[in-house]
Amino acid sequence: MASEIQIRVNERVHNVTADPDTPLLYVLMNDLELQGPRFGCGLAQCGSCSVLVNGSETRSCVTPVSAVVGKSVITLEGLPSWYAQQKKLSKTPALHPVQQALIDEQAVQCGYCFNGMIIQAVDLLSKTPHPTEAQIRRAMNGHLCRCGSYPRVIRAIERASHAMTGAVENTASERLAQESRAAEGVEE
Amino acid sequence: MKGTIPPCLLPRREFLKSGGALVIGLSLRGAIADTYAAEQAAGAAVRGDVAGPPDPKQIDTWLAIHSDNTATVYIGYVELGQGSTTSLLQVSAEELDLDLSQVRTVRLDTNITPNQGGTYSSSSIARGSPAIRTAAAEARQALLEMASKKLGAPVERLTVSKGVVTVGAMGGESQSVTYGELVGDKLFHLAFTGTAPAKPVSEYKLVGTSPLRNDIPEKVSGKYAYLQHMRLPGMIHGRIVRPRGQTAYGSGAKVATLDERSIAHIPGARVLRKADFVGVVADREWDAVRAARELKVTWEIPAVLPGSDRVYEAMRAEKTSDRVVLERGDVERAIGGAAHVASGHYRGPYQAHAPFGPNGALADVTSDQALVICSTQDVYATRNTLATVLGLPAQKVRVQYYEGSGTYGHSCYDDAAQAAAILSQLAGRPVRLQFMRWDEHGWDLYGPAHVGEVRAAADAGGKIIAYQYDGWHHNWSAVETSQQLALGTPASEWRDGAAQMVNPSDCGGMYDIANVRLVNHHVPGMNYLRGAWLRSPLDLSFSFASEQTIDDLARQVRLDPYEFRRRNITNERWMGVLDRVAKAAQWEPRPPASKLSGEKIVSGRGIGLGTHLTSYGSAVAIVEVNKETGKVLVKRLYGAIDAGLAVNPAFIENQISGQLVQTASRMLLEEVTFNKTNVTSLDWTSYPILRFEECPEVFPMVVQRLDQKSTGAGEEVMAAAAGAIGCAFFDATGVHMRAFPLTPDRVLAALHSA
Repeated sequence: MASEIQIRVNERVHNVTADPDTPLLYVLMNDLELQGPRFGCGLAQCGSCSVLVNGSETRSCVTPVSAVVGKSVITLEGLPSWYAQQKKLSKTPALHPVQQALIDEQAVQCGYCFNGMIIQAVDLLSKTPHPTEAQIRRAMNGHLCRCGSYPRVIRAIERASHAMTGAVENTASERLAQESRAAEGVEE
Repeated sequence: MKGTIPPCLLPRREFLKSGGALVIGLSLRGAIADTYAAEQAAGAAVRGDVAGPPDPKQIDTWLAIHSDNTATVYIGYVELGQGSTTSLLQVSAEELDLDLSQVRTVRLDTNITPNQGGTYSSSSIARGSPAIRTAAAEARQALLEMASKKLGAPVERLTVSKGVVTVGAMGGESQSVTYGELVGDKLFHLAFTGTAPAKPVSEYKLVGTSPLRNDIPEKVSGKYAYLQHMRLPGMIHGRIVRPRGQTAYGSGAKVATLDERSIAHIPGARVLRKADFVGVVADREWDAVRAARELKVTWEIPAVLPGSDRVYEAMRAEKTSDRVVLERGDVERAIGGAAHVASGHYRGPYQAHAPFGPNGALADVTSDQALVICSTQDVYATRNTLATVLGLPAQKVRVQYYEGSGTYGHSCYDDAAQAAAILSQLAGRPVRLQFMRWDEHGWDLYGPAHVGEVRAAADAGGKIIAYQYDGWHHNWSAVETSQQLALGTPASEWRDGAAQMVNPSDCGGMYDIANVRLVNHHVPGMNYLRGAWLRSPLDLSFSFASEQTIDDLARQVRLDPYEFRRRNITNERWMGVLDRVAKAAQWEPRPPASKLSGEKIVSGRGIGLGTHLTSYGSAVAIVEVNKETGKVLVKRLYGAIDAGLAVNPAFIENQISGQLVQTASRMLLEEVTFNKTNVTSLDWTSYPILRFEECPEVFPMVVQRLDQKSTGAGEEVMAAAAGAIGCAFFDATGVHMRAFPLTPDRVLAALHSA
């Protein structure tokens, strides 16, 4: 039976009315109208629904909403401010460095899998700031991509790792970001 | 803000709040005319309130110039996540002398965008760009004439930069006027004659460069609205209920028993049924998911499928209708007298589109009109079949495209659109339908299974003199499952010749061969699975068979496979891609890897050529075979394409990269399995695809040809890569793989029987 449930998503408290067994994904999509976590398989096989629960990548399609009561859920939308909080930055960046690196590497094809890719990469880099390529591949192995974007995602995670820990690559990243903004044109 | 701002650029909350003016389609009930209200108010084109397609002979159909000196280009090709929309905007901005930031487009909509045919066969740039280029050139010509009057100067003295037309004046006074000031949201009212000269290639500033894709920032931030994010006011959630895993195409599935009370405990859930089409709807999505899962239905399913183990035998045993696709010279005579002959039988499995996000659709069907939002490759073709299914005139059906996840051919998008429309018609309310994973995997229109038999011959000097390819497969399915179940429409295949044939471009077409015979054996498809085009349709099967046979001949004439191919090619474009990939892979002649190494794990290499329809593809594969476990890894893939003028070379590189990874996946892992009644590969465990840990390193290369017209680039390297992987396996082991995917069981069986 539906009941009132209080959950904390992207550092805001939400009261939702749902059956406690409802997978978190449906609450995030339909009640909170978030676009990051999305349906892919409903079987925890692909990673398109991933969110961070208390900082760890979690498949929201098989996680009952009642299981995250009292925990912190961060979705794709909440990553920049979560990152700012973790790093104690004075200002929230527009994008998490992983998101920026994916733009810089032009890694996206259809992009549907990138919610999960980004969440998992953020999880990885928060725990292993300098992963080897083998560590990246292992950490990302549970996230599928039909378009075959893996090689560029690996490069983007390496780039983000540098950006998050070193100043030199930051400069390159910022330069590319400027170029990227200049060329985005269409949305300005 | 203007009505033409593409909804994709708005976050969804704003989108939902934005009402009729911004959003096409959220206002079907009695309010279609409100669409583009902002434009109407501005006295500009009233787009959206009349059923299309708009007249292709009018400039206004193709583009609009706004008062802020920007342009909207109306494109008849959908964005499938490959960047082609950005490329087409590059083409139009180039001709208009606008900056890329000054042009935008809208999503496809049968009430708004022109009908350029479907987005198939990597045709967006090849077929789409000429009309868009010419319309832009003609609009520019008209704008210059207007500017000439306004500025009192002849057209020859005018220059344009970023939509600012200037006359004058080295050191003197210059005068200028903008496109926006000249037209400013008004219609051109000009016939599109196609006579304006396009800009010479030598003056290109934007085409041939690689600006970044305009959709990526929103796709990584979560602001991009995919089809799966769309919602209609007042809608309910729907799910289809079918047997798990499709049945034989010709038989469909019949409901034997259905117990509506089995979902009585789920709040608001109800069954909707039309003949053998069964669905459930509920206010809350999870309730619809549960209802579909818990509804008690039994089905009558005839056991007529051959099963995936026996499918090739069954196809070869069928009475086929045969067609000679190409006949040149006398193959039999040439083979009879040849110094060297190679032959082989090869098999390729059914493979699934398996889009990463299953298809869905939104439908709002009333008694006399319908709005359907879906991810089709062809909004106008989908409109026609929806009209049939709903019993409405096509002009009363409006179809809007929203991007889903990469479809790579005809996945379940039409089936989902029809299912949503049927549910909405039955419910009398707007419905959002989402296919579940097993619906998409199980009821796909798969890339058909294939049997190929190849014979080829060379003379003593190493010249290929004869080539024969016989191919067996069924055709593409013409009726979607929803229509079949709901209306009882009999299954039928595409008309012979309209679809799948042995492909002369892959089957020997790159080599100079005097005697060629290609025969297509059409297997009747009723007792097989549903079929449709899957990225590079059947080309992987053709090249896997053909390029291994070419390698067999090379060995017989004792030539390196690269050198052997060079000696049999005169076309400079095939030669160009072959040389490019060989050079990148640092290909040098050497003895076969199988003779060099007796180790348990052997590395082999292969080179291959192939394409889809046009363009020229080449690949080199480096594979690693574990002879004890049968495990094959593709370690490196080099791929090159010549697709004529590459509008945006970086996008093509990204496409090649994806093609190489997807080919590795399809050659190593992917196979639809089925028994006598149903498909049994229904998720990512039973239908695995390549993952990060086994992903090859990829080296994509674009051969730029500024002097050639643009041809397809979305699939043309896959066949070459499939051939190269087959050849690399032989190089490593000295054994042919006659069937793919190269799974450990199949590899061990091949190694043991050799």
